Amino acid sequence: MKTRREPLTDTQLLMTITICIFIAMYALAMIFLGGGFLRAQQIFDLLNDNAPLIIVACGLTVVMIGGGIDISVGGVTSLVVMSCVLYLNADGNLFVSMLLALGIGLAFGAVHGLLVSYLEIQPFIVTLAGMFFARGMTTILSVNPQKLTHEGLNAIRSIKLEIPWLGYVAKNGNLIPGRIELGVLIALLCVIVIFLVLKYLRLGRNFYALGGNQQSALMLGINVKKTRFMTYLISGLLSGIAGFVFMMHTGAGNATNAAGAEMNAIASSIIGGTLLSGGVGNVIGTFFGTLTLTTIKKIVVTSGLKDPWWQSITTGAMLLFFIVLQSIVLSRRGKSRAKG
Amino acid sequence: MPNETVLTMRGICKQFPGVRALHNVDFSLRKGEIHALMGENGAGKSTLIKVLTGVYGKDAGSIHLDGVEGEANIHSPQDAQNIGIATVYQEITLCPNLTVAENMYIGRGASFLVRRKEYEKKAGQILENLGIPARPRQQLASCSLAVQQMVAIARAVDMQCKVLILDEPTSSLDDKEVQMLFSLMRDLKARGVGIIFVTHFLEQVYEVCDRITVLRNGELVGAYRIEELPQVQLVAKMMGKDLDELNSMNAFERWNRTDGPVVYEARQLSSSESRPFDFQIHRGEVNGFTGLLGSGRSESVRAIFGADHVTGGQVKVDGKPVRITRPIEAMKHGIGYLPEDRKRDGIIADLSVRENIILALQVMKGFFRPLSRAEAEKFADEYIQALNIKTASKDTPIGSLSGGNQQKVILARWLLTHPDYLILDEPTRGIDVGTKLEIQKLVLKLAEDNVSITFISSEIEEMLRTCSRLIVMRDRNIVGELTGDDLTQTRVMQTIAGGEAS
Amino acid sequence: MSEKTGKARRGGLGQLLIPLIAIGLLIIFNLIRDPGFFSIETKLNNTGNTVLAGNLISIINGASELAILAMGMTLVTAACGGQDISVGAAAAIAGSVFVRIIRGAAPVTGGTVALAFLACCAVAMLFGAFNGMLVAVFRIQPMIATLILYTCGRSIAYWINGGATPTIDSAITSAIGSFIPGVPIPTPVIIVAIMALLFSLVFRFTTLELFTQSVGINQSAARLNGISPTLIKLLSFIILGICVSVAGSIGVCRLGLINHETLLIDIEMDTILAVAIGGNSLGGGKFRISGSILGAYVIQMLTITLYAMKVPSTDVKAYKAIVIVLLVVIGSPVVKRWFSGLVNRFHAGRAAAVKEVG
Repeated sequence: MKTRREPLTDTQLLMTITICIFIAMYALAMIFLGGGFLRAQQIFDLLNDNAPLIIVACGLTVVMIGGGIDISVGGVTSLVVMSCVLYLNADGNLFVSMLLALGIGLAFGAVHGLLVSYLEIQPFIVTLAGMFFARGMTTILSVNPQKLTHEGLNAIRSIKLEIPWLGYVAKNGNLIPGRIELGVLIALLCVIVIFLVLKYLRLGRNFYALGGNQQSALMLGINVKKTRFMTYLISGLLSGIAGFVFMMHTGAGNATNAAGAEMNAIASSIIGGTLLSGGVGNVIGTFFGTLTLTTIKKIVVTSGLKDPWWQSITTGAMLLFFIVLQSIVLSRRGKSRAKG
Repeated sequence: MPNETVLTMRGICKQFPGVRALHNVDFSLRKGEIHALMGENGAGKSTLIKVLTGVYGKDAGSIHLDGVEGEANIHSPQDAQNIGIATVYQEITLCPNLTVAENMYIGRGASFLVRRKEYEKKAGQILENLGIPARPRQQLASCSLAVQQMVAIARAVDMQCKVLILDEPTSSLDDKEVQMLFSLMRDLKARGVGIIFVTHFLEQVYEVCDRITVLRNGELVGAYRIEELPQVQLVAKMMGKDLDELNSMNAFERWNRTDGPVVYEARQLSSSESRPFDFQIHRGEVNGFTGLLGSGRSESVRAIFGADHVTGGQVKVDGKPVRITRPIEAMKHGIGYLPEDRKRDGIIADLSVRENIILALQVMKGFFRPLSRAEAEKFADEYIQALNIKTASKDTPIGSLSGGNQQKVILARWLLTHPDYLILDEPTRGIDVGTKLEIQKLVLKLAEDNVSITFISSEIEEMLRTCSRLIVMRDRNIVGELTGDDLTQTRVMQTIAGGEAS
Repeated sequence: MSEKTGKARRGGLGQLLIPLIAIGLLIIFNLIRDPGFFSIETKLNNTGNTVLAGNLISIINGASELAILAMGMTLVTAACGGQDISVGAAAAIAGSVFVRIIRGAAPVTGGTVALAFLACCAVAMLFGAFNGMLVAVFRIQPMIATLILYTCGRSIAYWINGGATPTIDSAITSAIGSFIPGVPIPTPVIIVAIMALLFSLVFRFTTLELFTQSVGINQSAARLNGISPTLIKLLSFIILGICVSVAGSIGVCRLGLINHETLLIDIEMDTILAVAIGGNSLGGGKFRISGSILGAYVIQMLTITLYAMKVPSTDVKAYKAIVIVLLVVIGSPVVKRWFSGLVNRFHAGRAAAVKEVG
């Protein structure tokens, strides 16, 4: 029997839309703005600057697929940055600092998961409290910005992956190779790992079942509480990793680190085709969602609209565009199904 | 072999706040038998099943399963699945966002990875064997409800279970699908699976079952072989009273009044869900729409009420042309509509009985003219008494009432608006026999008071008892209209099946 | 009989139990820490008015914007089963409009202030309607729909202000932000009372409460009973818009200037928290506005208590989070079930004991 091509699932459809729009947008930028957009380094810069955002957005996507929400991701990231910087500056061990980052992330994830899943408290409130706690702890650790002085890590920070054939020739005739930071590789690794977890692991499919219909998931024999707990744990873990990557990128701890990251991450997930109602979404989509979100800001700046308020206005407009588009696409789909 | 017991439940007790749901219930299931679990609503069938499947914990009692050492510990649906108890529920308990194959295999086994290809292959075979029109890689949401239910059954079939529980699986299936399910059940029975079958349709019980266990008010009435217990006695055992009332119902004189003026008339009325049709009803007439599930009977009455998006047609109420495109317009013209799906479209679960009763009247009075608390209480008291609604108080949330009483509250809601024309879509579905009779009587009484009524029911006898005119639908079209002497079960069946329709 | 009244009482208070306990504990805690914490005194303020002062007054006064927003948020939550996270940004827009109109008038009279308020009210309602449209017509979840205005709202305010932080200097606006001459109670507190009164009048003379709850609990059934869920949801957002404009105006009058970046910053989170602490389900359905108002005072009392304990303002969040978690854990369904199970067992035990004795 020949396997017939099935129509795209909701997840695939929304993801495809995002990827197409991103490519179209980037192509338009290359044609009309040229300059930096013609260089591969433009994308590398986007990735270098936003690797932590990609990582937290992946975590948030997992939680949203499971039908929850985690708005603590920015706070946890910032707490991890501050804790690691202070620890390393006090002659800490590099390896231990990594464990510290993961530990803080996991601890937050575990507490959130416990409260949401086993005590059945509304996730918004739990993770809001988590965000308050993380932000508060950050300022308790230090109100003043802390510069990273640990030599080992600073040495690692300066390592950059150089790709000559993706470089460009500067005005003075020198070839400047494409430069990618280590953090980007970590981010890409996170995307791939989470993608594989969601697609090929029982646990990952259980996330979708949970978000699709919680009651059904229970009746189908899924341990709903444990599954939901795991979504928050993963999100916490990724926030911890994001914190470490953030530190590697900026080399400083600051109370306002990753400010607003939670909302940017939510926006990235949504643009990438994740539904807050759960059960639909994919980290590849989220990855492109993050790129779309950050590219539009870059485009606004490059077009000469330097005033910062232009960025947020365009971001808002783009969110509006994507949200309405998705709503229309899904409701048309529902209608055609009801008829068929 | 047929006498080997596969499942024994002893002395099961379950208490909910304020309600004793199960008291000292015994139940046993043999290998290779189909065992009907019968009882009125609130008798404890669902609770017993949920205890068995680990959705509820039991307060006392023991469960023994063949092949499991000692007492079976079932604390979650997962435990139940692992020891070989598979369940198909009345409501579809699958995930619409996953594919058909995933729905069949998720939550099963202990493997760490998803073997997608293998699952899809196996699922394809099973679906084909069972003749279910679904493809493994199709998203479940794109299947019809009946097919989704069949997928749930396919999942259970594939689990190689020892005990299969079917909790009212037939309520969303049409006759053909029911027959398919029955042949499936017989097949499994031959393989030695014990099947627990819960249903409200008595004929189905006598068609496939070997034994019957009857529950009433959370207690065991008894377990009988099917030959021992004729249908009439079964009903008597379920209701716990003798059958005078039931008999008197059969002696109803058929209400027949089509001489009054036409109250409602539609020409080529159509909606997003229904094809154009003509329809009219006289004052004080009781008519019915019949046909198989999916024949368009519910969709047609929904179009009359403006419940779906109305796409065309002319409507006259009392001879005057009017526009009805939204429920509120229908209500303003004296039309009431009791929806088919009580839980989804009828009750506002967290609101009190009082608020649920006054809702429609309140909407008609308008946003700026709220009923006073005293008025609302008066109306609520009046109808709780008139319809004999069993509720702790009028402030009890309607969600905590039994199905039949919820239905009466919804009826009260519409009666309170004093409609000229009342549409009742499956008012007796999923409620106990006693309440069914009460509702049928009420329909006839309303007709006497000059209310026109459209009555829809899956049970043809019920329709024949109450309606003076039956509109028969097939494939979303009206294929016949039966009155007078044509109102017999055979005639209706013939018309539905598409014989020589008049 | 006694059992019935007991049940009715529990039903009446149930939802308010947690915020009341929280307030009670905070009061006791503060009294132990500092017996004079809640003393109220009268003093002369800098405009020569005799006014009430003290920690209690500053708590009630400080929570005004939060309480007003919480009222509207309760309605949105109940109807839509989601929350508006753009209230802070929308309030910044409303405040900017208010300031701009007042600065446009040469002599600031009562009329100009009223006009400014009406204009800012209209603008806030417009943005509310925008959010409501997305939620009600396009069926987008409230949090996602309002994320748009959350993202760009403060930038719109920046644009209205022309990139500056304009000040207003008028006796009338400062009276709105602090005290009306001759009245010892802070004006924002009076405004909260007026808003609460307005809400109770609306509930008394319209069917808003019943319709909103119906839509929130079962939208499909509500529609089949002739209620338009779209209208009710839209209406809830527009009413929240009114609350936003009131809160924004108070905030501006209090400070005498509009700073688009800091006006009512992060208040959306506190507002949602107030609704939840007030015992309302964030999933929509049944609601009580009084609970949300109490919730707002709990949050403010907590903040002031922490300030009084010399906790730096930047660190307050961490301690607040701990108390919030404790509160929601006590109010969580699991703990409630466990507790009621305990009570039942106690009753059963007592009944058995009585039986044995009898």
